Amino acid sequence: MLGQLDLSVLKPSLPFLWTGLKFSANLTLIAMSGGIAIGTLLAMARLGKSRPLTAVASAYVNLMRSIPLLMVILWFFLVIPLIIGKPIGAEYSALITFTAFEAAYYSEIMRAGIQSVAKGQVMAGYALGMTYWQTMALVVLPQAFRNMIPVLLTQTIILFQDTSLVYAIGAKDLLKAADIAGKNYNRPVEMYLFSAVIYFALCYTLSSIVKRLQIKLAVVR
Amino acid sequence: MKYHWNWGIFFEQIKYGDETYLSWLISGLGWTVAVSLASWVIALLLGFAIGTVRTTPRTWLVRLGNAYVELFRNIPLLVQMFLWFFVVPEFLPRNLSLWVKQEMPAKEFVTATVCLGLFTSARIAEQVRAGIQSLPRGQRMAGLAMGLTLPQTYRYILLPMAFRIIIPPLTSEFMNVFKNSSVAFAIGVLELTFQARQMQEDSEQGIETYLAVTVLYFVCAFIANRMMAFIEKRSRVPGYIAAAK
Repeated sequence: MLGQLDLSVLKPSLPFLWTGLKFSANLTLIAMSGGIAIGTLLAMARLGKSRPLTAVASAYVNLMRSIPLLMVILWFFLVIPLIIGKPIGAEYSALITFTAFEAAYYSEIMRAGIQSVAKGQVMAGYALGMTYWQTMALVVLPQAFRNMIPVLLTQTIILFQDTSLVYAIGAKDLLKAADIAGKNYNRPVEMYLFSAVIYFALCYTLSSIVKRLQIKLAVVR
Repeated sequence: MKYHWNWGIFFEQIKYGDETYLSWLISGLGWTVAVSLASWVIALLLGFAIGTVRTTPRTWLVRLGNAYVELFRNIPLLVQMFLWFFVVPEFLPRNLSLWVKQEMPAKEFVTATVCLGLFTSARIAEQVRAGIQSLPRGQRMAGLAMGLTLPQTYRYILLPMAFRIIIPPLTSEFMNVFKNSSVAFAIGVLELTFQARQMQEDSEQGIETYLAVTVLYFVCAFIANRMMAFIEKRSRVPGYIAAAK
């Protein structure tokens, strides 16, 4: 019952949980940056003129989006060591997996973002004598990003929650740290609850900020 | 890349026992489908109820619904699995707690289903709310003006239209349920991902194993998609949104 909760175990395990949280946060930030970069390229490939590029990009995105993330994590953990010929460790494997996986989801967002930019903008860019890359980098993408900031951030919150799935390959994120601490102190109930509270506090704060941002950006437009 | 291929592995016997690996995967598929469909039913019922409540004029009901959605949306699914499995039984009354921990039949399956069902219901509630709010205000007003009560207005006017509007997001949610059911492996449900890990360790034929499991998930998602497309087609209202064809 509630009275039996022993909250005194939280304090000694805090440094340990902090290391876990730092890994979760790093994983989120790296997968976000890498995912948005690769995702933008994928989106450009899907919207571009080259048929084979479009086909490859859509196949990749659709494939990633129709498999459970857990299976993708297991796949990468199995296949990367086979390809490079040596074990790589759960943490690095997680970094690569999440970047590759999230790129598919970010690319769908960026595709919508690019399509939300008025056609005249692209034509104006070409009319000014800009090349494709210049038009993209200087005219289209800045506007696409701006329009999609709230959606990109919402996806990042989902990404942060999904990082807990690295549990399956034993990488030490926040949840795994709570799991281990719970076993060490023989207090799993307190530790699972505490990790849930941390996740909730972080995600709720972030999504409230995104909501406000959404209103702010909507007014400007 | 050195890898010993063995596509016949599925018909070979497991190391200790007389089952084949194929039988592991088939039973895994069975549990995946069972968990997914059962939680989908819970999610639809609860999701529609809570989503509807969030559009009523009762402020306290709206707040309660919002809190419910925020709670389930801001905690990772895997953490929720652990909460339902390890934490919730501790907070039940003593006798019930003992029963849940020791005697409840198919404990892992029931826990995973409840967890995934409630998790998905919060997402459906959000879609239902958006669907109802996307209807023109006049629809509700007309219903009330004709003398229908508020529940009648919802039953005969708002919900039937909102349901049709949100079929596309419901479709992806239905596919998500199958994908998310993979998380149930963590509390020991013997579903596809669990069997994939087990078969990979036992047979050391990881690529064949994962390929087969990936294809099975793919098929699940595809069938889910076609089922929803069928419902979408059959429930079209002539002269409304995507009905023209």
